Amino acid sequence: MNPESSSTLSTDITAPTFRRRAHDLLPRDGNYTMCLSCGLCSSGCPASGLADMDPRKFVRMAALGLDAELLQTPWVWMCTLCKRCQHVCPMNIDIPSLIYHARTCWPREQRPKGVVASCDQSLRTKTGSAMGASPEDFKFVVDDVLEEVHAVQKGFELLRAPMNKPETFFFLNQNSREPMTEPDEMVPLWKILDHVGADWTYGSLGWAAENYCMFAADEAAWERIVREKVKAVEDLGAKVWLNTE
Amino acid sequence: MTSDWNRDLGIKFTVQDPCQLVRKSLGDEIANDLRFVVKSVVGPENFVEMYPCKSNNYCCGGGGGALQAGFPEARRAYGLRKRDQILATGATYCIAPCHNCHSQIHDLADHFGHNWHTVHLWTLICLSLGMLGENERAYLGGDLKGLGLLLAT
Repeated sequence: MNPESSSTLSTDITAPTFRRRAHDLLPRDGNYTMCLSCGLCSSGCPASGLADMDPRKFVRMAALGLDAELLQTPWVWMCTLCKRCQHVCPMNIDIPSLIYHARTCWPREQRPKGVVASCDQSLRTKTGSAMGASPEDFKFVVDDVLEEVHAVQKGFELLRAPMNKPETFFFLNQNSREPMTEPDEMVPLWKILDHVGADWTYGSLGWAAENYCMFAADEAAWERIVREKVKAVEDLGAKVWLNTE
Repeated sequence: MTSDWNRDLGIKFTVQDPCQLVRKSLGDEIANDLRFVVKSVVGPENFVEMYPCKSNNYCCGGGGGALQAGFPEARRAYGLRKRDQILATGATYCIAPCHNCHSQIHDLADHFGHNWHTVHLWTLICLSLGMLGENERAYLGGDLKGLGLLLAT
């Protein structure tokens, strides 16, 4: 930790915030003196050692109130929030939520540009696509790929990829990567759904499966994206939101 | 679905348990469902587990925004544990039923120069049903590029 670089992250978080948050995240009747320092969290974490940090160290530093240091470490963006540390913790301490909390404390303009840019992009269209695909883009690609399958694949002349069909059982979402960079990868999914006779539809709104605002720890934007997607499913009257992610 | 296509080929497959789907959502039950599908598709004798697995599996290193977080060296260092797990199975294919996992595991093989192929589950389901089209085989290796391919001509 380099104390001199603390000024690189301006923050209105006061010193005991992390300790308070860390205590909030303990299981009922838990306290940090019950932490065995057993290191199961760290030994089972592939991010241990990156940026001179690991889950146990992070928790201990939070318990000690070393907020300034915790707000500087880029390790919070190297951790994938996979929750394995909590899974193996005898105290069931929610370490990932603590790390997520650290992400929320970073000024937005200093968070990783790639993640924030993807979040911003997804806010610019009603599809939620982090690659900026519009409703028209999606409809065009699906139709285009389907037409080609009809033309060249024997036995699939009647394959369907319904768009905005009301009152289906499934509303299928789709990661933007498929329509935008490898559209042929959507076809196997359509074939499987067709094969089992599934009653499904795509929606031209809210179809994008990804949500980078969650990764960016932008909670208001995260919620907005989820609500828009839920609305798209509900407006079409689908029973089940089927997530391909 | 049938695994007859792989009876003589004996191509070995392993599977990545996505953290989001398994540990963070539906637990070992969905991990077992995943194995039921994978074994049905590739044959139980051709499925090799990574250890640890299911709810105790290691993250691939691509989750939580890591693929776009701008720390590629740290992301790949993280992924070495997954790399070693996959290599230890001896499988030539890793099935990744999650977009983040697919991108990360594909990148690990590419970057560190390993030979395994990283595939979507939907690819193998369609392959076993004999309905995988020519343009839907981008992630298959040479051993499966032409298998069961119905030519339109």
